[in-house]
Amino acid sequence: MAVTQVVRSEWTKIRSVASTVWTLSLVVVVTVALGMLISALSKNEFDSMSGPQRAEFDPTFISFAGMSLGQLAMIVFGVLVVSNEYSTGMIRTSLAAVPQRGSFLFSKIAVATGLALLVGLVTSFAAFFLGQAMLGEHRAEIGDPGVLRAVIGGGLYMALIAMFSMGVAAMLRSPMLSLGILMPFFFLISNILGNVDATKKVGRFLPDQAGSKIMQVVTPIDDDTPYGPWGGLGIMGLWVLAALVGGYVLLKKRDA
Amino acid sequence: MIELEGLTKRYGEKVAVNNLSFTVRPGIVTGFLGPNGAGKSTTMRMILGLDHPTAGDVRIDGKHYQQLKDPLTYIGALLEAKAWHGGRTAYNHLLCLAHSNGIPRSRVREVLDTVGLTAVARKKTKGFSMGMGQRLGIAAALLGDPRILMFDEPVNGLDPEGIHWIRTLMKSLAAQGRTVFVSSHLMSEMALTAEHLVVIGQGRLLADTSMADFIARNSRSYVRVRSPQRERLLDVLHQAGIVAVESGDGVLEVDGGKAEHIGELASQHRITLHELSPQQASLEEAFMQLTAESVEYHAHSETRPEPPRQQQWGEGWKRG
Repeated sequence: MAVTQVVRSEWTKIRSVASTVWTLSLVVVVTVALGMLISALSKNEFDSMSGPQRAEFDPTFISFAGMSLGQLAMIVFGVLVVSNEYSTGMIRTSLAAVPQRGSFLFSKIAVATGLALLVGLVTSFAAFFLGQAMLGEHRAEIGDPGVLRAVIGGGLYMALIAMFSMGVAAMLRSPMLSLGILMPFFFLISNILGNVDATKKVGRFLPDQAGSKIMQVVTPIDDDTPYGPWGGLGIMGLWVLAALVGGYVLLKKRDA
Repeated sequence: MIELEGLTKRYGEKVAVNNLSFTVRPGIVTGFLGPNGAGKSTTMRMILGLDHPTAGDVRIDGKHYQQLKDPLTYIGALLEAKAWHGGRTAYNHLLCLAHSNGIPRSRVREVLDTVGLTAVARKKTKGFSMGMGQRLGIAAALLGDPRILMFDEPVNGLDPEGIHWIRTLMKSLAAQGRTVFVSSHLMSEMALTAEHLVVIGQGRLLADTSMADFIARNSRSYVRVRSPQRERLLDVLHQAGIVAVESGDGVLEVDGGKAEHIGELASQHRITLHELSPQQASLEEAFMQLTAESVEYHAHSETRPEPPRQQQWGEGWKRG
């Protein structure tokens, strides 16, 4: 079984269903639109800010504000790519065609991740430039220190979110169950854990909290986060790795 | 060729497939018969490496399924209805499968044509009727032009024309020297297509025999006799050592009797006969009888009464 054949098959699968197009379009539109809106609002607020607040003002990070919502569409994309196999019964056809379950799963994840990275980078660059346009004189430039890293990092973050979702969906199989866990987790629970003082120290090791550090250019005053931008992305990478290993082990072990 | 050796599948306490050993040979249609819940689909899933056997082994042309390079070119299977994504077109569904096994794109069009789905090839499969779904599943099975074909309940949901088509297809595939393994819970369906028969009940092998043998061994033959001089006929038969049973409406049934012999006896004694006909109990009856035995055996062998699966099937059959 040549891996290229399987990759080609998975590419045909992913491009031939409507959910790919609408989830990924939603990622771009929601992230960019919300980012522009919040950038415009922040610009108006800047004049009324105090000195320390102005020192913490991070125009790059502000333009990525839409990611918190846009990542939900990315989660839906990742979950559907994997769990569609189960909810439709396609999994049995797929595994009869490709009995090497590792090749099957990782070809699927590779193809979807490639696509998610591409869309993530487009989203990230668009959100940055359009957000900066909204920020007017308070804008950051792509050449400023750390900015390009943050913008590329935004694309990587999106790709990792998709991978994590695929790993979780491979473990849980059901699209409803996967979305029911991932959506509230990333939209609510993680934010709560990361912002409440009592749980902050644990919360910042959650995948999205750690991963989004890469999109920060200006470090907040009295920030005691024990990792840097790449360290944070690395922590997120470990979460992704755990989810993928879990998904693979269960797929390998289970009856299809 | 498909070889099963001691194949067993247990789900917790429940044994779905129990120490199954048989061989499916090329060149003929082999019927895989059993009531619903007998373990046919589980066995087929294990053949395809989808379910892991608890014990035992199954080989395709001497290899494990996982060892087959481009498995769709060795064995094609129709598993259950609608094992695909409804949002994909029929053409794209088959194209995904073709790519994964290095099968050329042109073959996709060929099989769509074979099963008669060319006109709807670019339509999303969620709008397909059950019959169209079966045809798409069969197209997927034929895609790799495999030497072995496996169909799980292929006539389900097909109209009479579709049923005729699939029977002809299976026979022609076997005539080309391919191995054709087809499951059904209907004996009558198997009688029309299969040359060889594997019967299972409660996951256990009940018969592995040629169709002709199965019929000869399992079906009861008797002679139906009607006469206005019933009492006299009974005396004559009794004198000749022939046991006749009254089955109501003045009909006598002679088990294992020869119609010629009874006719001659009646003629010698100038007895008028209104009916003298050799009868063969239907294959369905033979099949029922065989699987019923497996139920009895099962009930004796286990202390805990099992849910009456068999009975449910029987009811369904009577309704059908």
